Amino acid sequence: MAQVTFRIFRFDPEKDKESRYQDYELELEPGITLLNSLNRIKSEQDSSLTYRMSCGSAICGSCAMRVNGHALLACKTQASGLVKDGVIQVDPLGNMEVLKDLVVDLEPFWKSLKQVDPWLQPDVSDNPENERLQTPEQFQRIDDATTCILCGACYSDCNVLGVDQEFLGPASLAKANRFIFDSRDAKTRDRIEFISEMNGVWDCTHCGECSTRCPTEAKPLARIMEVREAAMQAGVHNNNGARHALGFRETVGRSGRLNENYLPPRSVGFLNIPALIGLAPVGLRMFMRGKNPPIIHHSIDKADEVRKIFSKFEDYRHHPTRSSRPDDGASD
Amino acid sequence: MLSHDVLIVGSGLAGLRAAYEVVGHLDVAVMTKVYPSRSHSGAAQGGVAAALANVDGDSIEAHTYDTVKGADFLGDQDSIEILCGDAPRTIIEMEHLGCAFSRTSENKIAQRAFGGHSFNRACYSADRTGHALLHTLFEQSMKLGGSLQVYSEWYVVRLVIEDGICRGVVAMDIKTGRLETFHAKTVMFGTGGYGRAFKITSNAYANTGDGIVAAYRAGVPLQDMEFVQYHPTGLYQHGILLSEAARGEGGYLLNGDEERFMQKYAPSKMELGPRDIVSRSEQTEINEGRGAWPKKDYVLLDLRHLGKDKIMEKLPQIYHLAKDFIGVDAITDPVPIQPTAHYSMGGIPTDNDCQVYLDENGARITGFFAAGECACVSVHGANRLGTNSLLEALVFGRRAGKKMLEATRETDWSPLNEKAELAAARLEIDELVHTKATESLADIREELKTTMTNQVGVYRNGDDMESAAEKITELQDRFTRVKVSDKGKNFNTNLIETLELSHMLEYSELIVAGALARKESRGAHSRTDYPKRDDENWMRHTMAFRQEDGGYELRYKPVKITRYQPEERKY
Repeated sequence: MAQVTFRIFRFDPEKDKESRYQDYELELEPGITLLNSLNRIKSEQDSSLTYRMSCGSAICGSCAMRVNGHALLACKTQASGLVKDGVIQVDPLGNMEVLKDLVVDLEPFWKSLKQVDPWLQPDVSDNPENERLQTPEQFQRIDDATTCILCGACYSDCNVLGVDQEFLGPASLAKANRFIFDSRDAKTRDRIEFISEMNGVWDCTHCGECSTRCPTEAKPLARIMEVREAAMQAGVHNNNGARHALGFRETVGRSGRLNENYLPPRSVGFLNIPALIGLAPVGLRMFMRGKNPPIIHHSIDKADEVRKIFSKFEDYRHHPTRSSRPDDGASD
Repeated sequence: MLSHDVLIVGSGLAGLRAAYEVVGHLDVAVMTKVYPSRSHSGAAQGGVAAALANVDGDSIEAHTYDTVKGADFLGDQDSIEILCGDAPRTIIEMEHLGCAFSRTSENKIAQRAFGGHSFNRACYSADRTGHALLHTLFEQSMKLGGSLQVYSEWYVVRLVIEDGICRGVVAMDIKTGRLETFHAKTVMFGTGGYGRAFKITSNAYANTGDGIVAAYRAGVPLQDMEFVQYHPTGLYQHGILLSEAARGEGGYLLNGDEERFMQKYAPSKMELGPRDIVSRSEQTEINEGRGAWPKKDYVLLDLRHLGKDKIMEKLPQIYHLAKDFIGVDAITDPVPIQPTAHYSMGGIPTDNDCQVYLDENGARITGFFAAGECACVSVHGANRLGTNSLLEALVFGRRAGKKMLEATRETDWSPLNEKAELAAARLEIDELVHTKATESLADIREELKTTMTNQVGVYRNGDDMESAAEKITELQDRFTRVKVSDKGKNFNTNLIETLELSHMLEYSELIVAGALARKESRGAHSRTDYPKRDDENWMRHTMAFRQEDGGYELRYKPVKITRYQPEERKY
């Protein structure tokens, strides 16, 4: 059995002015989970150590916390795999206020969830006596998204939420996906439009932390990318995010490189005078510091090859079965 | 003092389904010690029963008979008829509310085999059926918005019943430690089961019988507490549930000699016998030295022949649990398992509209309802069939809601002495926190759990249980000197765990008392010193009443029989 130091974040607003770390030594028995390790510390060494837990079997989502800087579910994680130089550092979830030790205030998380209207909105005129029919494939389509246990691990480690608390966050966007792709839901377009606006799918920077930390198959980044694709296909283009993506494709597809002067006005809209004026100070500051892109945009030498790739993609998108896959064709 | 027309304690399927029925008509609030999406209903895996006959020629009558027989004839047959009769409507309703169900090739709700059911009756969402149903109702609760007040992370300390009328509760806001009185015309408990008193259990840490004991201390009798179901497939040493769906989909049970031992015990149903019989078969194999290596204290769940595709499509959660918790890959290796304390058949006695009984003669308490696992209607009798618990929570949660709506409208406010109730609750907590104390909470809890699993487990006998009763008395005495080190107010989980332990000690005494008195074997209650069922003397429900001095008195009431006379139970 290995002796391990658990370095645990402690903060009790009733008596502490500042947070601190407290070390607990524990002999790790083989197979012990992180949650059972914490339970042993609480039982044998310090009963004031505070954390949430309930089911103990990875389905309720209560015991999400951060270990060595990353969120995980304590109940399903073997402690032995978390040791770094003899230490396991345990912190509360990020992006939320600490109430006590490893317990955070989840209210912002629940509030964000409510914003995406997370309930089925079927066609009310169609009220069958029996179940609504759904093919096994249609069920499979939402199966992964429905595995979300609302543990908050993704919310904790989301880099966008770190700088923008208004962002809907990975779990809420995955929840929106669960209804967008539910064949029984009648509000697909409204839902896509809503989360294409500010604070929605286009604000994600696809760093992938959410999917890496997600303890289930919900994998929010994949769900966000699916919604983006659906938004483009459904023609939900009248928002900054979609215009940004389209503008990106337009300039790279034409010249082989990004025209950085084109993208900001393309994203907010060329006729959107107030937003364009809003961009001016940033542009000016970049100019003053010599960080502005070249005024005249030049194509790369082999721009025609890039155009060929784009046209192959376009062809594949319209006739996916007829043409060869773009990743096969790009090299010939 | 806060007040609501209807206060529902517990936010699992029963509580949320009841709330859904009442909201919009009356001022209703739901209170939970966790958050609604974290209720233990979500841990149910394999399915929810209904005779939809989507894949075979099932009928409500067959479901009813299977349930009566599964219950070893201790279930009340009028209640079971309601449960099974309302099942198809219930499932369709949940589908319409958005629950994602696995589908047949005809695009209907898929159904699979389950232990003790004679048709493919379990509607399912992969192996996360409880999760899918719970989240559906949680989603609906969000849709209701402000019209449904939810008190998350509040803990009920006292239930107030005076002169046969329920008046409200005293509860603690866990975040701040503040005690608050809740005045209500009607209180409903959907507070879940009491399996946490066992060392090997599939139950959440939260399942400490808080509601059951709060009711008992307020003068409500508790029914059939000795009936605790041991699920055959708990993950070895963890007790974590591996769904019966694993066997429904064709999984085998093997002993240490890799023999499908169920052929000795239930030759026609094999692995799909009812849970009490399968758990006893496993325990017999282990007790007789045919367990698996190295310690011979477990048997094996073998899924290998199902193949990777089927395991990952139909049983993904089971695969991940085995992999994450004990590092076994169910695609290539059999999974070590043992019986695990799983479901509480006993609880708060109610009528078919979930109104709580005050005695064994049918007197009811005004304004107090219970549904789901904390209640004992009784539809599960001596042994619940898998997939009937989610169903019970939904069917009777709705019935509770309907009846509460009607009854609450006709009820006036009964006075509640806020000062006295708060003082009583405060005193109870202060005594725990401030007395000079020497005993360790963790030691008492561990000793209780070990005692319950070893001496009041799958097989029971008089000597073991006498010794368990003595042990519990000793632990109760030590508990009066238990140490609560965290003296703080906010988020004091040390204090909550102490209150929970006091509940566990109180109801464990009743499990043992009921089991000792019941000199027969029936369903999950199996005594080696009384191995036969005794219909002449014991075809009746146990009712435990709390006495002034904290002791108990056992009385009995008959089982309701409608269509099915008791017969020998063979599978």
